Amino acid sequence: MDVSWFLVLSAFIFCVGAAGVLSRRNPLVVLLCLELMLNGSNLALVAFSRMHGDGGGQIFALIVMVIAACEVTVGLGIIVAIFRRRLPVDVDELSTLRG
Amino acid sequence: MFFLAGAGALGGAIGVVTLRNPFYSVLSLVAHLIFLAVLFLLLQAEFLAAAQVVVYAGAVMVLYVFVVAYVGGSDEPLRPEGGALRVLGPLFAFVLVVELCIALLGSSLGLIDSPGADVPAGFGTPAEIGSLLLRRFLVPFEAASYLLLVAAVGAVVLARRRRGLEEQEVGA
Repeated sequence: MDVSWFLVLSAFIFCVGAAGVLSRRNPLVVLLCLELMLNGSNLALVAFSRMHGDGGGQIFALIVMVIAACEVTVGLGIIVAIFRRRLPVDVDELSTLRG
Repeated sequence: MFFLAGAGALGGAIGVVTLRNPFYSVLSLVAHLIFLAVLFLLLQAEFLAAAQVVVYAGAVMVLYVFVVAYVGGSDEPLRPEGGALRVLGPLFAFVLVVELCIALLGSSLGLIDSPGADVPAGFGTPAEIGSLLLRRFLVPFEAASYLLLVAAVGAVVLARRRRGLEEQEVGA
């Protein structure tokens, strides 16, 4: 299977995630769509790694997975904090960052 | 095999965006991640595929499920009233995918229309990844460990400070 198929698929996954980030209101779903974008880029990195026969791209993808885990931890912590303080869980209503 | 896994991954991605209930979105993302792991296997990234299933679909998604259950996955209207971004978002994504495909397929990368370079035996196995991490990529590896530590401490601080604020509000 040619590498270009994988790259086109990764472009599609990335853009589906971008559409979700732009059009959904629930911050939980926005985080999920960010995961989608990271996964799309991960697939491209692994495909390029296979294309050159170099393991560096796989290490890059592994580091991206670490960053995604950190982002999930902090993002979900913020969402739980928002919910505990009985603010609306909606990215449009939370437009002002006042403590 | 590629088309099966690719269709599954793309369907899971579209499910995440279009399903109304956040709980179903999380389940759709789990399916997407598993199909993506199959694609990684096709690209001879065995360790990454295993890490994807165990860490992502196993651990991170459990975190999501807990938070969705805690916050309460209420259905939301998919396209609420007003908001130019609701229309412009998918349009922007469509333009982006067309542009990316033009850029990818029009690039003059020599190997892009081949199954890839010849790889040595053991490419993508845990032994190879480990030796790369501890030799060529030692600094990013250590930086990633510090980042994880900072994120863990940050989550704890977020949880603790919130409790203090709530007590202050009750006292006031």
